[in-house]
Amino acid sequence: MRTEKPAPSSGENTRRKFLKGCLSAAGTAVASGTLSTLSTPAAARDTYQRPPEALGLLYDATLCIGCKACVAACKQANDNPPEFSTADKLWDTPLDTSGNTFNIIKMYRHGTMTTKDAEINGYAFMKTSCMHCADPSCVSACPVTAMTKDPVTGVVAYDPDACVGCRYCVVACPFGIPKYQYDSPTGEIGKCELCRHRVADGHYSACAEVCPTGATLHGRTRDLLSEAKRRLALSAGSITRYPRGSIDGGPEQSYEGYVGHYQQHVYGETEYGGTQVLKLSAVAFEKVGMPNLPPKSSAATSETIQHTLYGGLLMPFAVLGAMTYVAKRNVHHEEDDEGAQAAAKKAGKEGS
Amino acid sequence: MSTQQHARPAPVGGSLLNATTLVCGVLIAVMATIILVRLIFGLGATTNLNDGYSWGAWVVVDVFIGSALACGGFSVALLVYIFNKGQYHPLVRPALLGSLFGYTLAGAAITFDLGRWWNFWHIFWPGYFNVNSVMFEVAACIMLYIIVMWIEFSPVFLEKLGLHEAHRKLSKLLFFFIALGIVLPMMHQASLGTMLVVMGGQVNPLWQTPMQPLIYLLSAIILGYGVVLFESCVAASAYRRQVEISMLNPMARVMLGIMGFYLLVRFADLIARGVLGQAFQPTFIALSFWIENACFIAPFLLIRSVEARRNPARLFLAGVAVMLGGILLRLNGFLIAFDTGPGWTYFPSVPELLVTIGIFAAEVLGYIVITRRFPVLPREEAYAQPTHS
Repeated sequence: MRTEKPAPSSGENTRRKFLKGCLSAAGTAVASGTLSTLSTPAAARDTYQRPPEALGLLYDATLCIGCKACVAACKQANDNPPEFSTADKLWDTPLDTSGNTFNIIKMYRHGTMTTKDAEINGYAFMKTSCMHCADPSCVSACPVTAMTKDPVTGVVAYDPDACVGCRYCVVACPFGIPKYQYDSPTGEIGKCELCRHRVADGHYSACAEVCPTGATLHGRTRDLLSEAKRRLALSAGSITRYPRGSIDGGPEQSYEGYVGHYQQHVYGETEYGGTQVLKLSAVAFEKVGMPNLPPKSSAATSETIQHTLYGGLLMPFAVLGAMTYVAKRNVHHEEDDEGAQAAAKKAGKEGS
Repeated sequence: MSTQQHARPAPVGGSLLNATTLVCGVLIAVMATIILVRLIFGLGATTNLNDGYSWGAWVVVDVFIGSALACGGFSVALLVYIFNKGQYHPLVRPALLGSLFGYTLAGAAITFDLGRWWNFWHIFWPGYFNVNSVMFEVAACIMLYIIVMWIEFSPVFLEKLGLHEAHRKLSKLLFFFIALGIVLPMMHQASLGTMLVVMGGQVNPLWQTPMQPLIYLLSAIILGYGVVLFESCVAASAYRRQVEISMLNPMARVMLGIMGFYLLVRFADLIARGVLGQAFQPTFIALSFWIENACFIAPFLLIRSVEARRNPARLFLAGVAVMLGGILLRLNGFLIAFDTGPGWTYFPSVPELLVTIGIFAAEVLGYIVITRRFPVLPREEAYAQPTHS
């Protein structure tokens, strides 16, 4: 007859006790691992900060005139094909960044659009390109180290020869920057790499090089941050001197201009641990498409969980050890193994 | 041991050529054609993927949901080999078979979704792989688990081929692969939840929490039992066999217990983070949240009592509800409540859906071929007349 439960054997009690111990240990391992990430575990991974010599850009929306010279220069510098959004297809007219467009100027529009940099009945510009985060989500997400952050310049670079095309970087980035070339069977990820390929020729970011008003300024992020704070401290409507091109050396090409009605916030100073591209704007940042981000990066949270659960593979091996021990006791050969049972019977012994 | 008296697994037998297998064959052929087009012309030619929703049906449904629905083998092994509930042993092989196909096909599915698939080996190559990446952990673990499952399942083929000696040697080591087969899915099913964490504020707070690994792991175990309920009922109906109520009844009770704990964790987390209010806003996302959780609550109404659990229809419905809940948990986090900014929308294209359907067809066809030709399901006569005295 079939019986529903195994007959209790001697030692069942102690074994059951042992099992309970093993299981609660293994079961709570994952639970405590995740719970501990909420407090302060040993494997906690702090949000990274910018390297001291980090390079970046300062984009001042109040200086931008929307000429899009930077968009064209970026296309040229990165050898990217034009993208069309008009019927005549005469000019490169991308509506957003893409696998073939790494930089565009977007426009905020409201009501009658009469006043520049006014939230009501006004308009404003905003640059969209890689922010070169201090603690980039894309670098943390990439399974094959195709996204890397330079330890000196902090530039977030992409290596198509390493990339598997999983597009976790596309999904992970809070700014929606890494983009994939869907129209190609061998598509790559496309994003701004701060023109790192032009540095050898004595160049810097093409977008800053060509900017006629200094709205996009290249330099070390710490210098750009002081420049941004200098501007925020000035009173709106007063006159000040604006550098153009690069803030760190290069020909003197500064000019005098009026100070805008800035939001008192340097975007990128603290967001996700800080970004190397900084932004100033007269219109609230969320209205011009810059997300509200906490000072703690999501990469830090994600890696803290990973390191807590899998650091040194300690927990997996501990659980595997416990499971192996328990499984060894509970696997009955003859159940899984008709052949072995037949052999055992032939030999006249009954294994258990 | 008394567990020996269970019905031994035996091939179901019968023809492999019938309406179901023919339909599956056609669907698989359609899928193969679409994959060929994708490989020649790219993802844009076959999918509706865009940079706002770069992960579509092929990732979220085929891999994330597909692998979770393939947790039957893991959940049943946990019960039989770790909790030492030998009475469920006849469920092991069929559950493992479902898992084997689910995972193998999920692994295949991710390959043609990769934009640069010829570099796939980088994930396992020191010097390329990034241990900080959740994706790395998931990919490496799933690959290993697929290999482990084929080893776990290989006694079925060895039995059929009469390789008793190899079979005997393998079974001495089987306990280790069984242990691996429990630890590996624990790891990557948890990490599939962690996958959401790096996406930050793009994921609605109802699904964005550092507790995701625990939530995903528990839901995967529950899903495993849900799928076994579903599969057992479907297999019994299709092969005109008895439903294994004596095993499904207590197993469903175990499932309810874990599900109670799951709901506790899920809602305690929402309350602790102070975001439960989001669930009471008049939004489509809030509705989706409640449908998801209603699916996990419904089985408590359907199969709460021992009597209710004797009813195959109720067991089947509970299994379906649990599967839907698990599917929605994943769809919500990765697609429905994933917001990358204004202007982006995604709904799978017809070719995307046909590939996803083709993958499930391949699973069904594989299940039919193997159960008809190899010893997987318990021998039916055992129910009618005891073979052992």
